[in-house]
Amino acid sequence: PAFGLFLFTIARDPLRIIILIAGAFFWLVSLLLSSLIWFIAVKASDPRDERLQKGLLIFGVMFSVLLQEAFRFLYYKLLRKAIEGLVALSEDGCSPISIQQMAYVAGVGFGLMSGAFSMINLLADALGPGTVGIHGDSQLYFLTSAFMTMVLIFLHTFWGILFFHGCEHRRWWEIAAVVVMHLTVSGLSFCNPLYVGSLVPSYMLMAAAAAWAYLLSGGSAQNLRRFLLCKS
Amino acid sequence: MITFMNNSDSEEEPCNERTSLMSAESPPVPSYQDGLQALEAGEVQAHRKRRAGSSRGPNNIAGGEMSGSSVPVRESALENEEEELTLKYGAKHVIMLFVPVTLCMIVVVATIKSVRFYTEKNGQLIYTPFSEDTPSVGQRLLNSVLNTIIMISVIIVMTVFLVLLYKYRCYKFIHGWLILSSLMLLFLFTYIYLGEVLKTYNVAMDYPTLFLVIWNFGAVGMICIHWKGPLQLQQAYLIMISALMALVFIKYLPEWSAWVILGAISIYDLMAVLCPKGPLRMLVETAQERNEPIFPALIYSSAMMWTVGMAKPDTAARGPSQQTWDAAEDGREHHRSPSHADSQMSETRSPVPTRPVTSLEELEEEERGVKLGLGDFIFYSVLVGKAAATASGDWNTTLACFVAILIGLCLTLLLLAVFKKALPALPISITFGLIFYFSTDNLVRPFMDTLASHQLYI
Repeated sequence: PAFGLFLFTIARDPLRIIILIAGAFFWLVSLLLSSLIWFIAVKASDPRDERLQKGLLIFGVMFSVLLQEAFRFLYYKLLRKAIEGLVALSEDGCSPISIQQMAYVAGVGFGLMSGAFSMINLLADALGPGTVGIHGDSQLYFLTSAFMTMVLIFLHTFWGILFFHGCEHRRWWEIAAVVVMHLTVSGLSFCNPLYVGSLVPSYMLMAAAAAWAYLLSGGSAQNLRRFLLCKS
Repeated sequence: MITFMNNSDSEEEPCNERTSLMSAESPPVPSYQDGLQALEAGEVQAHRKRRAGSSRGPNNIAGGEMSGSSVPVRESALENEEEELTLKYGAKHVIMLFVPVTLCMIVVVATIKSVRFYTEKNGQLIYTPFSEDTPSVGQRLLNSVLNTIIMISVIIVMTVFLVLLYKYRCYKFIHGWLILSSLMLLFLFTYIYLGEVLKTYNVAMDYPTLFLVIWNFGAVGMICIHWKGPLQLQQAYLIMISALMALVFIKYLPEWSAWVILGAISIYDLMAVLCPKGPLRMLVETAQERNEPIFPALIYSSAMMWTVGMAKPDTAARGPSQQTWDAAEDGREHHRSPSHADSQMSETRSPVPTRPVTSLEELEEEERGVKLGLGDFIFYSVLVGKAAATASGDWNTTLACFVAILIGLCLTLLLLAVFKKALPALPISITFGLIFYFSTDNLVRPFMDTLASHQLYI
C-alpha cells in the first residue's frame, strides 16, 4: 500500500520525488546516529549480561525514536528554507508545492525508508527455503511483521503531517503528541510476540492519527461523505 | 525574427540563442534587442562550458572508465530568468538523471544477486597486479594502495594522451579508438553476460540463436550510439553498457582495492575538473578556443538533442559516440550544451532563416537537459554493486548506499545550478556512498538485526 501511495501521489511530480528521497536520507542518518550510540553502549558493556543487553536495546530504541523526531524537525527547518527559496524564484509568487504536501511527502519518505529497513531482509529471507517459527517462535512472524511495517509506514506519514502542522502553527502540544505516539508505538512493539498487545493498539493509534491529520488538512466529515458517495 | 523575439516568455529562451547568432548578419537592431543580444553573446560563451570526463582503462582487454560531470544547459539570456528556469526545471532534470542512474544500479544489483559469476574471484586485471590474499592486514592495505596508485596513474596517462591527441587534432585516431572500444564492449561483454545469465537460469540456447541475438543487439547498439537513433533507445544502450562495465569492475577488482580506488577516483575527478592545470580542464579550454564541439564523447544526455540532428544531417557538431573504455585509451567526455550545436547550425544556415527557426524551436523545448558522464554511472553502479555483493547486511546496506548516491547527485546538481559551470559528479556522491556503506555495514546492521530478532520497531 505504501508503494501504491508513492506511485499515485508522488511519482508524478519530480520535486516531490526529491523531497521523498531527502526524507529517506534524513531518516537514514538518524538511524545511523542512533545505531552508533547503541553500538558504543554495547561495546562498552558486558556482552554476557542478558538483562543489561535487553535494557540497552530498549534504551537504543527509545533514543532512536527521539533522534528520528529530532531529524524530522531538522528536515522541517530545511524544507521551510527551501520553500522560501522556491517562492522567491517562482514566476507567480507562490510556491509550486505547499508545506502540507511537503509534510505528506516527507512523512512518506520517512515511512518508506523505515519500512524498507525493517522489511527487506525479511523479504529476502522469505524468498528462500525454510519454515517459519521452527524454534518455537510464532508462526505468524512474517505476517505480523508485514502488518506492523505497514502500520508504521502509515504512521510516519501521518506523523509527518501532524508534526509539520504543529511546527507551522507553533502548537507544541501537537509535536509532543507525535513524539509520545511514536514512543508508544515503539514501546508497544516490545510486547511482541504477544501480537495482540502491539498490533491492535498500533492500528487504533494509526486510525486516530489518520483522522487527526485528515482534519488538519482541511477535510471534514462532510467531505468524506461526499467523496464516498461519489457526489459531485 | 523580430516577431519571434517579442513572443511570450517561454519562447524567449529559444530565440535568444538564435538571435544572437543571426544578429551578426542582420542590420542594426533597436536598443532593446541590442542589450539582449549582448547578453546572449555572453550566454553563448557561457554555454561552451563543458565538463570533461576521463576514462581509464583498467581492463585486461580494454577498459576505460569515464568519470564525467554533468552540465546544465541553459538558454535564457537574462540572469534572473535563468535562475528561475534553472530551478523550475531543476527538479525535472534531477529526476531525468535519477531514473537512469537508478535503472543502472538496479540492473547491476539484480545481476550481482542472481548470477554467481560476478562474485567469484577469477583473477585480476593487469592494472591491479598486487594480490590481496596476503595474510597480514598491513600487507593487504599496502597492496591495495599500490593497486590504486597504478590504476590512477594509468588513468592519468590515458587522459593526458587523449588531451594531446585532441590538441594535435588527431581526430581520426580518436574516432577509431572509440569505435573499436564500443565494438568490443557491445559484443564481447554482452556475450559473456548473456552466457552467464543463461547458465544461471539453466536455459539452453543454441549458437545460431545466440549469434543472431548478439549480432542484432550489437549492431543496433553501434548505430544508436555512434550515429543517430531514438533517444530512449540510445539511453537504454548507454545504461546497459554502463552496467556491463560496472559488472566487469566488480568482478575483477579485489576488495580493498575497489574501495580505495573509488575514493581515489573521486579525488582525482575533483582535481582534474577544477584545477587550472587539470587535464580535463585543459581539454575543455582547448575545445572552447577552437570553438568546436569536443570530439564524440561518452555521455548520457537526458535531452533530445539528437532528434534535431536528424533534421540537419550535415552537422559536424553532432557525433555522439559512446566509448566507455578501451585498454589504451583514456577518453574524455565533454558535455556540450546542445545550444552550442544549435548555434553552429544556425550559423551555417543564417541565410535561410525559416528552416532553422522551426527546427530549433522544437529543439528548444527539449534542450534543457542535463548531461552526465557514463563514467559516473559506472562508478555509482560499482559502489552499489560492491555493497550488494560483499556486505553482510545485504539489502539494508545496498539501499543505504543507493539513497546516499541519489542524494549526492541531488546536491551536485544543486551546486551546478549555483555555480553554472562544469562540475565533477563523482566526489560528493561517492563520499556519501562510502560513508554510508561502511557505517551501515558496521553500525546499523547489528542494531537492525537485533531489533528484527526481537521484532521491535523503531
